Amino acid sequence: MSVAFVSGIVVFVLASFVGFEVISKVPPTLHTPLMSGANAISGITIVGALIAAGVGKGTFAAILGFLAVASATINVVGGFLVTDRMLEMFKRKPRSRS
Amino acid sequence: MSGLFLLAQAESNEGSVTLLLYLLAAVLFIIGLKQLASPRTARRGNMLAGVGMLIAIVVTLVENDIANWGTVVAGLLVGSAVGAYLALRVNMTAMPELVAAFNGFGGVASALVALAEIERTGSHFNVETGVVVALSLAVGSITFSGSFVAFGKLNGSLPGRPVSLPGGKLLNAVLAAAAIASSIWAIAADNALAFWLVVAITLVLGVLAVIPIGGADMPVVISLLNSFSGVAAAMAGFVIGNSALIIGGALVGAAGLILTLQMAEAMNRTIANVLFSGFGAVSAGPVTTGDKPVKRATPDDVAIALAYAENVIVVPGYGLAVAQAQHAVRELANLLEDRGVNVEYAIHPVAGRMPGHMNVLLAEADVPYEQLLDLDQSNPRFPHTDVALVIGANDVVNPSARDDETSPIYGMPILEVDHATTVVVIKRSLSPGFAGIDNPLFYMDGTMMLFADGKEAVQSVIDAMADV
Repeated sequence: MSVAFVSGIVVFVLASFVGFEVISKVPPTLHTPLMSGANAISGITIVGALIAAGVGKGTFAAILGFLAVASATINVVGGFLVTDRMLEMFKRKPRSRS
Repeated sequence: MSGLFLLAQAESNEGSVTLLLYLLAAVLFIIGLKQLASPRTARRGNMLAGVGMLIAIVVTLVENDIANWGTVVAGLLVGSAVGAYLALRVNMTAMPELVAAFNGFGGVASALVALAEIERTGSHFNVETGVVVALSLAVGSITFSGSFVAFGKLNGSLPGRPVSLPGGKLLNAVLAAAAIASSIWAIAADNALAFWLVVAITLVLGVLAVIPIGGADMPVVISLLNSFSGVAAAMAGFVIGNSALIIGGALVGAAGLILTLQMAEAMNRTIANVLFSGFGAVSAGPVTTGDKPVKRATPDDVAIALAYAENVIVVPGYGLAVAQAQHAVRELANLLEDRGVNVEYAIHPVAGRMPGHMNVLLAEADVPYEQLLDLDQSNPRFPHTDVALVIGANDVVNPSARDDETSPIYGMPILEVDHATTVVVIKRSLSPGFAGIDNPLFYMDGTMMLFADGKEAVQSVIDAMADV
């Protein structure tokens, strides 16, 4: 295995642990926004999609690249916007009538 | 430069500034996720993660010699339009299927990145790259087809009940083995066709894996698919040698896995049990509901019980989402609070069809989140509760999960509404819940049943309240 691949594994394992540590205690109220926010972050694959679409040669590569960019963008744009829309409703409101 | 080397991928010819900017994006993802875990900072956290994503996109476009701007811009425009339309237009009650759909798009994007790499290289990979290409294809494809089956089940176009396929488990095992064999063939023979075969097999596998799972288990399935979409992105990161993808994907993989474990724990089941045993497949024996007496209530009875209570706890379930009764519930709560009644909401972790489903609906109806209680906060309060108002929930308040060792749901933590002085159950009919298990709660002395659609029932109680 190349050194680059091994350092990729190192990054992957450490980032997984960071993920576990950062979000081990989430109040149930935020489970849905957390899930959809995390889902938007998984759209980071858009980086790979942009490279594929941008440098690919030939019609077939262009089709694959276009589909990859479009899908990843739906994931990114839709994910962040819908999370924001949900969180906007979670604003602290005064206990209206107690 | 050995420290930086951890981030640098030997094959890439990106400059160190580029790598540091990708690192900045990854750091913003981590801070964003951290802030998403607290109500006060969640919105800012989501925005920070979005800024990180924007940085990653801009860096990618600037640092690579993009030849096909037309394709890139077209993909970005189409994706932005569709994503924004779905995110801003879809009704809040349709949130579970929308999250499932976005998961699916993320999964397929990662698989497509790997396919493009196969096309670019003519599938000449060394062994480790071949393995991550196969993993991107397989995990991405399963996420895609599994998510869209979940989408269909959630929006009602596919049957939500568990569909058991004869020999389903064996077939899935055969397909998984075939996908592995095909991957080995593809890597050993540099065969593009074999990689495509992996895609075809795992697409079918995703469908067959999710089809048998019933609607009430969807919180576990959606969380797991969410985790998969992260893993697929991380694998795509290995394929193109990009640490931002590896870090972002690993974070999401871990986040999704934590939620999955929490959901499975809230049902007292293992993930394997949810995925492979199909709740409905546990035959619960014949349901005998006809001969036992239940106490039917009128809206007036319910209004009186609520109006003269001191403490009321509302217990929402999937039926509340189906009936879209959240605004009516809030209106009723306002009327009660005007009379000095203390109203709170008890929310079971797996109530509804995705983690936090009830919380989102009640937030939409302007219920302050301080009034939402989780399992551990609720149960000590039921003994001091005058009326527990159960709307469209069934299995999560079934006392046999606590008392009856022969019950298929025995051991699942429940909301102990039977400890309240009076229980009002609003339900369309006596039909058992999705698990096909009879609920002794309905026949208890302190229980009143109001048979109606959730929204109409709450509305009729509101009307009756005027005369109390």
